[in-house]
Amino acid sequence: MKRFLPFAIIALVLLAAVLLAWRLIGSQRPGAPKSETSGPTAPPGAQPPHLRGDPNAPVTLEEYGDFQCPPCGLLYPELKKIESEYGSRLRVIFRERPLMLMHANALTAARAAEAAGLQGRFWEMHDKLYENQKTWSDLADASPAFTDYARSLGLDVDRFTRDLGSAAVETRIFLDGARAHALGIEGTPTVYINDRPAPFPAFMTVDGLRPLINKALNGTGP
Amino acid sequence: MAVNNRWALKREIAVTSGNLKTLSVWPFALAAIVSLIGLGDAIYLTIEHITGQSVRCTVIAGCSEVLSSSYAVVAGIPLAAVGAAAYFGVFSLATLAAFGYRQAGMLLAILVVIMFLMTLWLLYLQAFVIHHFCQFCLLSALVTFVLTGLVIAQRRLRTA
Repeated sequence: MKRFLPFAIIALVLLAAVLLAWRLIGSQRPGAPKSETSGPTAPPGAQPPHLRGDPNAPVTLEEYGDFQCPPCGLLYPELKKIESEYGSRLRVIFRERPLMLMHANALTAARAAEAAGLQGRFWEMHDKLYENQKTWSDLADASPAFTDYARSLGLDVDRFTRDLGSAAVETRIFLDGARAHALGIEGTPTVYINDRPAPFPAFMTVDGLRPLINKALNGTGP
Repeated sequence: MAVNNRWALKREIAVTSGNLKTLSVWPFALAAIVSLIGLGDAIYLTIEHITGQSVRCTVIAGCSEVLSSSYAVVAGIPLAAVGAAAYFGVFSLATLAAFGYRQAGMLLAILVVIMFLMTLWLLYLQAFVIHHFCQFCLLSALVTFVLTGLVIAQRRLRTA
Protein backbone atom coordinates (compact mmCIF):
# COMPACT_ATOMS: atom_id res chain seq x y z
CA MET A 1 0.00 0.00 0.00
CA LYS A 2 2.82 2.39 1.00
CA ARG A 3 4.49 1.71 -2.36
CA PHE A 4 1.57 3.23 -4.21
CA LEU A 5 1.03 6.18 -1.87
CA PRO A 6 3.42 8.66 -3.62
CA PHE A 7 1.89 7.84 -7.00
CA ALA A 8 -1.60 8.33 -5.58
CA ILE A 9 -0.55 11.75 -4.19
CA ILE A 10 0.96 12.74 -7.57
CA ALA A 11 -2.19 11.63 -9.41
CA LEU A 12 -4.32 13.63 -6.98
CA VAL A 13 -2.26 16.79 -7.53
CA LEU A 14 -2.45 16.30 -11.30
CA LEU A 15 -6.23 16.02 -11.05
CA ALA A 16 -6.36 19.15 -8.87
CA ALA A 17 -4.19 21.03 -11.40
CA VAL A 18 -6.49 20.07 -14.27
CA LEU A 19 -9.55 21.13 -12.24
CA LEU A 20 -7.90 24.46 -11.38
CA ALA A 21 -7.10 25.10 -15.05
CA TRP A 22 -10.67 24.18 -16.02
CA ARG A 23 -12.08 26.53 -13.40
CA LEU A 24 -9.82 29.40 -14.47
CA ILE A 25 -10.77 28.96 -18.13
CA GLY A 26 -14.45 28.97 -17.14
CA SER A 27 -14.11 32.12 -15.08
CA GLN A 28 -12.32 34.01 -17.87
CA ARG A 29 -14.38 32.83 -20.84
CA PRO A 30 -16.47 36.03 -21.15
CA GLY A 31 -13.22 37.84 -21.84
CA ALA A 32 -13.21 40.50 -19.23
CA PRO A 33 -15.82 41.98 -16.98
CA LYS A 34 -17.33 40.09 -14.07
CA SER A 35 -20.73 41.61 -14.72
CA GLU A 36 -22.95 40.05 -17.37
CA THR A 37 -24.58 43.34 -18.21
CA SER A 38 -23.78 47.01 -17.81
CA GLY A 39 -27.46 47.81 -17.36
CA PRO A 40 -29.29 49.16 -14.37
CA THR A 41 -27.06 48.03 -11.49
CA ALA A 42 -23.94 50.04 -12.38
CA PRO A 43 -23.70 53.81 -11.81
CA PRO A 44 -24.21 55.71 -15.08
CA GLY A 45 -20.70 57.15 -15.42
CA ALA A 46 -19.92 60.68 -16.57
CA GLN A 47 -22.92 62.45 -18.11
CA PRO A 48 -23.39 63.14 -20.89
CA PRO A 49 -21.08 60.39 -22.14
CA HIS A 50 -18.67 61.01 -24.99
CA LEU A 51 -20.68 59.70 -27.89
CA ARG A 52 -19.79 59.40 -31.56
CA GLY A 53 -22.30 58.44 -34.24
CA ASP A 54 -26.09 58.66 -34.45
CA PRO A 55 -27.54 59.14 -30.93
CA ASN A 56 -30.53 57.02 -31.98
CA ALA A 57 -28.47 54.15 -33.41
CA PRO A 58 -29.82 50.69 -32.51
CA VAL A 59 -26.39 49.45 -31.44
CA THR A 60 -24.26 51.06 -28.74
CA LEU A 61 -20.62 50.10 -28.41
CA GLU A 62 -19.20 51.29 -25.09
CA GLU A 63 -15.42 51.19 -24.75
CA TYR A 64 -13.49 51.46 -21.50
CA GLY A 65 -10.08 52.66 -22.55
CA ASP A 66 -6.71 53.87 -21.37
CA PHE A 67 -4.96 56.19 -23.84
CA GLN A 68 -1.55 54.77 -22.92
CA CYS A 69 -2.58 51.11 -23.21
CA PRO A 70 -1.08 49.62 -26.42
CA PRO A 71 -4.01 47.24 -27.11
CA CYS A 72 -6.38 50.23 -26.84
CA GLY A 73 -4.21 51.91 -29.45
CA LEU A 74 -4.59 48.84 -31.65
CA LEU A 75 -8.37 48.82 -31.21
CA TYR A 76 -8.68 52.50 -32.17
CA PRO A 77 -8.30 52.12 -35.99
CA GLU A 78 -10.52 49.02 -35.96
CA LEU A 79 -13.30 50.98 -34.27
CA LYS A 80 -12.89 53.75 -36.82
CA LYS A 81 -13.38 51.24 -39.64
CA ILE A 82 -16.40 49.60 -38.04
CA GLU A 83 -17.98 53.01 -37.38
CA SER A 84 -17.76 53.96 -41.04
CA GLU A 85 -19.02 50.52 -42.07
CA TYR A 86 -22.17 50.64 -39.92
CA GLY A 87 -22.85 54.36 -40.19
CA SER A 88 -26.07 55.44 -38.47
CA ARG A 89 -26.68 51.97 -37.03
CA LEU A 90 -23.80 52.22 -34.56
CA ARG A 91 -22.91 54.72 -31.89
CA VAL A 92 -19.70 54.56 -29.88
CA ILE A 93 -19.26 55.69 -26.28
CA PHE A 94 -15.84 56.15 -24.71
CA ARG A 95 -15.33 55.77 -20.96
CA GLU A 96 -12.15 56.68 -19.12
CA ARG A 97 -10.33 53.80 -17.44
CA PRO A 98 -6.74 55.05 -16.95
CA LEU A 99 -4.58 52.32 -15.40
CA MET A 100 -2.37 54.59 -13.36
CA LEU A 101 -0.36 51.84 -11.67
CA MET A 102 1.12 50.62 -14.92
CA HIS A 103 0.90 53.68 -17.19
CA ALA A 104 2.52 56.82 -15.82
CA ASN A 105 0.93 59.17 -18.37
CA ALA A 106 -2.50 57.52 -18.56
CA LEU A 107 -4.20 59.86 -16.10
CA THR A 108 -2.70 62.99 -17.67
CA ALA A 109 -3.87 61.76 -21.08
CA ALA A 110 -7.38 61.16 -19.73
CA ARG A 111 -7.34 64.69 -18.27
CA ALA A 112 -6.18 66.10 -21.62
CA ALA A 113 -9.04 64.38 -23.44
CA GLU A 114 -11.59 65.55 -20.89
CA ALA A 115 -10.18 69.09 -20.90
CA ALA A 116 -10.55 69.13 -24.69
CA GLY A 117 -14.07 67.80 -24.16
CA LEU A 118 -14.91 70.89 -22.12
CA GLN A 119 -14.27 72.84 -25.34
CA GLY A 120 -16.33 70.38 -27.37
CA ARG A 121 -13.31 68.62 -28.91
CA PHE A 122 -13.09 65.38 -26.93
CA TRP A 123 -13.04 63.06 -29.95
CA GLU A 124 -10.45 65.11 -31.77
CA MET A 125 -8.12 64.85 -28.76
CA HIS A 126 -9.07 61.17 -28.33
CA ASP A 127 -7.93 60.48 -31.90
CA LYS A 128 -4.79 62.58 -31.50
CA LEU A 129 -3.78 60.74 -28.33
CA TYR A 130 -4.19 57.31 -29.89
CA GLU A 131 -2.54 58.26 -33.17
CA ASN A 132 0.49 59.60 -31.31
CA GLN A 133 0.49 57.09 -28.47
CA LYS A 134 4.06 55.93 -29.09
CA THR A 135 5.34 59.50 -29.14
CA TRP A 136 4.16 60.51 -25.67
CA SER A 137 3.88 57.21 -23.78
CA ASP A 138 7.48 57.14 -22.58
CA LEU A 139 7.85 60.85 -21.85
CA ALA A 140 8.69 61.75 -18.27
CA ASP A 141 6.20 64.61 -18.53
CA ALA A 142 3.66 64.33 -21.33
CA SER A 143 1.83 67.58 -20.50
CA PRO A 144 3.78 69.76 -22.99
CA ALA A 145 3.00 67.26 -25.78
CA PHE A 146 -0.70 67.37 -24.90
CA THR A 147 -0.62 71.17 -24.88
CA ASP A 148 0.87 71.04 -28.38
CA TYR A 149 -1.98 68.74 -29.47
CA ALA A 150 -4.48 71.19 -27.98
CA ARG A 151 -2.85 74.01 -29.92
CA SER A 152 -2.89 72.02 -33.16
CA LEU A 153 -6.59 71.31 -32.63
CA GLY A 154 -7.27 75.01 -32.32
CA LEU A 155 -8.27 74.89 -28.66
CA ASP A 156 -8.00 77.80 -26.26
CA VAL A 157 -4.67 76.66 -24.80
CA ASP A 158 -4.87 78.78 -21.64
CA ARG A 159 -8.27 77.36 -20.81
CA PHE A 160 -7.09 73.86 -21.71
CA THR A 161 -4.14 74.16 -19.32
CA ARG A 162 -6.41 75.41 -16.55
CA ASP A 163 -8.97 72.68 -17.17
CA LEU A 164 -6.40 69.89 -16.92
CA GLY A 165 -6.57 70.11 -13.15
CA SER A 166 -10.17 71.24 -12.85
CA ALA A 167 -12.85 69.62 -10.73
CA ALA A 168 -15.03 69.13 -13.82
CA VAL A 169 -12.35 67.00 -15.49
CA GLU A 170 -11.56 65.03 -12.33
CA THR A 171 -15.25 64.38 -11.71
CA ARG A 172 -15.82 62.95 -15.19
CA ILE A 173 -12.84 60.60 -14.84
CA PHE A 174 -13.97 59.60 -11.35
CA LEU A 175 -17.55 58.88 -12.48
CA ASP A 176 -16.41 56.73 -15.41
CA GLY A 177 -14.04 54.95 -13.02
CA ALA A 178 -16.85 54.32 -10.56
CA ARG A 179 -18.93 52.74 -13.32
CA ALA A 180 -15.98 50.62 -14.48
CA HIS A 181 -15.28 49.56 -10.89
CA ALA A 182 -18.91 48.56 -10.32
CA LEU A 183 -18.76 46.43 -13.46
CA GLY A 184 -15.56 44.73 -12.29
CA ILE A 185 -13.54 46.03 -15.22
CA GLU A 186 -9.87 45.48 -14.44
CA GLY A 187 -8.40 45.57 -17.92
CA THR A 188 -8.45 47.68 -21.03
CA PRO A 189 -9.76 47.73 -23.61
CA THR A 190 -13.10 46.42 -22.42
CA VAL A 191 -16.08 46.67 -24.73
CA TYR A 192 -19.79 46.37 -24.13
CA ILE A 193 -22.20 46.05 -27.04
CA ASN A 194 -25.77 46.97 -26.13
CA ASP A 195 -24.92 46.56 -22.44
CA ARG A 196 -23.44 43.08 -22.90
CA PRO A 197 -19.70 42.42 -22.49
CA ALA A 198 -17.99 41.61 -25.78
CA PRO A 199 -15.54 38.71 -25.61
CA PHE A 200 -11.85 39.57 -25.66
CA PRO A 201 -9.91 39.35 -27.94
CA ALA A 202 -12.71 38.87 -30.53
CA PHE A 203 -13.62 42.57 -30.48
CA MET A 204 -10.07 43.67 -31.31
CA THR A 205 -10.60 43.43 -35.07
CA VAL A 206 -13.25 44.50 -37.56
CA ASP A 207 -13.80 40.84 -38.48
CA GLY A 208 -14.36 39.99 -34.84
CA LEU A 209 -16.58 43.00 -34.17
CA ARG A 210 -18.86 42.50 -37.18
CA PRO A 211 -20.64 39.34 -35.95
CA LEU A 212 -21.03 40.84 -32.49
CA ILE A 213 -22.67 43.96 -33.89
CA ASN A 214 -24.78 41.95 -36.33
CA LYS A 215 -26.01 39.85 -33.44
CA ALA A 216 -27.00 43.02 -31.63
CA LEU A 217 -28.82 44.12 -34.78
CA ASN A 218 -30.83 40.86 -34.59
CA GLY A 219 -29.09 39.17 -37.48
CA THR A 220 -29.16 41.95 -40.04
CA GLY A 221 -25.81 42.39 -41.75
CA PRO A 222 -24.02 45.61 -42.57
CA MET B 1 34.91 25.07 7.23
CA ALA B 2 32.78 26.19 10.11
CA VAL B 3 29.68 25.63 8.00
CA ASN B 4 30.80 22.07 7.15
CA ASN B 5 31.35 21.40 10.83
CA ARG B 6 27.84 22.62 11.60
CA TRP B 7 26.31 20.27 9.05
CA ALA B 8 28.49 17.40 10.28
CA LEU B 9 27.37 18.08 13.84
CA LYS B 10 23.72 18.12 12.80
CA ARG B 11 24.21 14.84 10.98
CA GLU B 12 25.93 13.26 13.97
CA ILE B 13 23.10 14.33 16.25
CA ALA B 14 20.63 12.92 13.76
CA VAL B 15 22.48 9.61 13.47
CA THR B 16 22.76 9.19 17.21
CA SER B 17 19.12 9.95 17.70
CA GLY B 18 18.09 7.72 14.79
CA ASN B 19 16.60 10.64 12.86
CA LEU B 20 18.94 10.82 9.86
CA LYS B 21 16.30 9.60 7.45
CA THR B 22 13.82 12.16 8.73
CA LEU B 23 16.42 14.92 8.58
CA SER B 24 17.24 14.34 4.91
CA VAL B 25 13.62 13.80 3.91
CA TRP B 26 12.14 17.07 5.15
CA PRO B 27 13.69 19.20 2.37
CA PHE B 28 11.98 16.92 -0.17
CA ALA B 29 8.65 17.22 1.63
CA LEU B 30 9.02 21.01 1.84
CA ALA B 31 10.04 21.17 -1.83
CA ALA B 32 6.89 19.25 -2.79
CA ILE B 33 4.71 21.71 -0.84
CA VAL B 34 6.52 24.83 -2.16
CA SER B 35 6.32 23.56 -5.74
CA LEU B 36 2.52 23.58 -5.45
CA ILE B 37 2.65 27.39 -5.12
CA GLY B 38 4.69 27.55 -8.32
CA LEU B 39 2.33 25.12 -10.03
CA GLY B 40 -0.75 27.20 -9.17
CA ASP B 41 1.01 30.39 -10.29
CA ALA B 42 2.15 28.85 -13.59
CA ILE B 43 -1.32 27.42 -14.31
CA TYR B 44 -2.85 30.86 -13.76
CA LEU B 45 -0.32 32.47 -16.14
CA THR B 46 -0.90 29.73 -18.73
CA ILE B 47 -4.66 30.27 -18.69
CA GLU B 48 -4.14 34.04 -18.92
CA HIS B 49 -2.03 33.42 -22.01
CA ILE B 50 -4.39 30.91 -23.64
CA THR B 51 -7.50 33.03 -23.10
CA GLY B 52 -5.75 36.11 -24.48
CA GLN B 53 -6.05 38.08 -21.23
CA SER B 54 -2.28 38.56 -21.10
CA VAL B 55 -2.33 40.89 -24.10
CA ARG B 56 -4.67 43.35 -22.38
CA CYS B 57 -3.65 46.11 -20.04
CA THR B 58 -4.71 45.21 -16.53
CA VAL B 59 -4.60 46.75 -13.08
CA ILE B 60 -1.83 44.25 -12.27
CA ALA B 61 1.24 46.16 -13.30
CA GLY B 62 3.71 44.82 -15.80
CA CYS B 63 2.21 41.44 -16.59
CA SER B 64 0.71 42.34 -19.96
CA GLU B 65 4.06 43.74 -21.14
CA VAL B 66 5.92 40.63 -20.01
CA LEU B 67 3.37 38.01 -21.02
CA SER B 68 2.66 39.51 -24.41
CA SER B 69 6.35 39.82 -25.26
CA SER B 70 8.00 37.53 -27.78
CA TYR B 71 9.86 35.83 -24.92
CA ALA B 72 6.62 34.47 -23.44
CA VAL B 73 6.35 31.78 -26.12
CA VAL B 74 8.88 29.07 -26.98
CA ALA B 75 8.26 27.07 -30.17
CA GLY B 76 4.60 27.98 -30.03
CA ILE B 77 4.22 26.86 -26.42
CA PRO B 78 3.52 29.44 -23.72
CA LEU B 79 6.51 29.61 -21.38
CA ALA B 80 4.08 29.56 -18.47
CA ALA B 81 2.89 26.10 -19.60
CA VAL B 82 6.50 24.90 -19.62
CA GLY B 83 6.77 26.32 -16.10
CA ALA B 84 3.64 24.47 -14.99
CA ALA B 85 5.07 21.21 -16.35
CA ALA B 86 8.37 21.90 -14.57
CA TYR B 87 6.67 22.58 -11.23
CA PHE B 88 4.58 19.44 -11.59
CA GLY B 89 7.83 17.58 -12.32
CA VAL B 90 9.37 19.04 -9.16
CA PHE B 91 6.35 18.04 -7.11
CA SER B 92 6.39 14.48 -8.49
CA LEU B 93 10.13 13.98 -8.03
CA ALA B 94 10.18 15.55 -4.57
CA THR B 95 7.28 13.33 -3.46
CA LEU B 96 8.98 10.21 -4.80
CA ALA B 97 12.27 11.24 -3.20
CA ALA B 98 10.53 11.82 0.13
CA PHE B 99 9.24 8.25 -0.09
CA GLY B 100 12.75 6.90 -0.60
CA TYR B 101 13.19 6.76 -4.38
CA ARG B 102 16.90 7.64 -4.63
CA GLN B 103 16.98 8.35 -8.38
CA ALA B 104 14.18 10.86 -7.97
CA GLY B 105 16.36 12.97 -5.68
CA MET B 106 19.08 13.18 -8.31
CA LEU B 107 16.64 14.04 -11.10
CA LEU B 108 15.02 16.67 -8.86
CA ALA B 109 18.39 18.36 -8.33
CA ILE B 110 19.04 18.46 -12.09
CA LEU B 111 15.55 19.84 -12.83
CA VAL B 112 15.82 22.53 -10.15
CA VAL B 113 19.25 23.65 -11.42
CA ILE B 114 17.79 24.04 -14.94
CA MET B 115 14.84 26.00 -13.50
CA PHE B 116 17.21 28.20 -11.49
CA LEU B 117 19.26 29.10 -14.56
CA MET B 118 16.10 29.71 -16.57
CA THR B 119 14.79 31.97 -13.81
CA LEU B 120 17.97 34.05 -13.85
CA TRP B 121 17.58 34.47 -17.62
CA LEU B 122 13.92 35.51 -17.28
CA LEU B 123 14.75 38.03 -14.54
CA TYR B 124 17.43 39.49 -16.81
CA LEU B 125 14.88 39.80 -19.65
CA GLN B 126 12.35 41.53 -17.40
CA ALA B 127 14.91 43.95 -15.98
CA PHE B 128 16.97 44.84 -19.05
CA VAL B 129 15.02 43.91 -22.19
CA ILE B 130 11.29 44.21 -21.47
CA HIS B 131 11.80 46.82 -18.71
CA HIS B 132 8.77 45.58 -16.80
CA PHE B 133 8.33 43.16 -13.93
CA CYS B 134 5.29 40.93 -13.62
CA GLN B 135 4.37 40.05 -10.03
CA PHE B 136 3.29 36.53 -10.96
CA CYS B 137 6.63 35.93 -12.71
CA LEU B 138 8.46 37.26 -9.63
CA LEU B 139 6.48 34.88 -7.42
CA SER B 140 7.58 32.03 -9.67
CA ALA B 141 11.19 33.20 -9.40
CA LEU B 142 10.91 33.27 -5.60
CA VAL B 143 9.53 29.73 -5.56
CA THR B 144 12.40 28.52 -7.74
CA PHE B 145 14.96 30.18 -5.46
CA VAL B 146 13.39 28.50 -2.41
CA LEU B 147 13.42 25.15 -4.23
CA THR B 148 17.08 25.64 -5.07
CA GLY B 149 17.82 26.35 -1.42
CA LEU B 150 15.97 23.22 -0.34
CA VAL B 151 17.81 21.03 -2.83
CA ILE B 152 21.15 22.41 -1.64
CA ALA B 153 20.12 21.87 1.98
CA GLN B 154 19.09 18.28 1.26
CA ARG B 155 22.35 17.46 -0.48
CA ARG B 156 24.41 18.98 2.30
CA LEU B 157 22.50 16.96 4.89
CA ARG B 158 23.14 13.82 2.87
CA THR B 159 26.85 14.37 2.27
CA ALA B 160 27.94 16.12 5.47
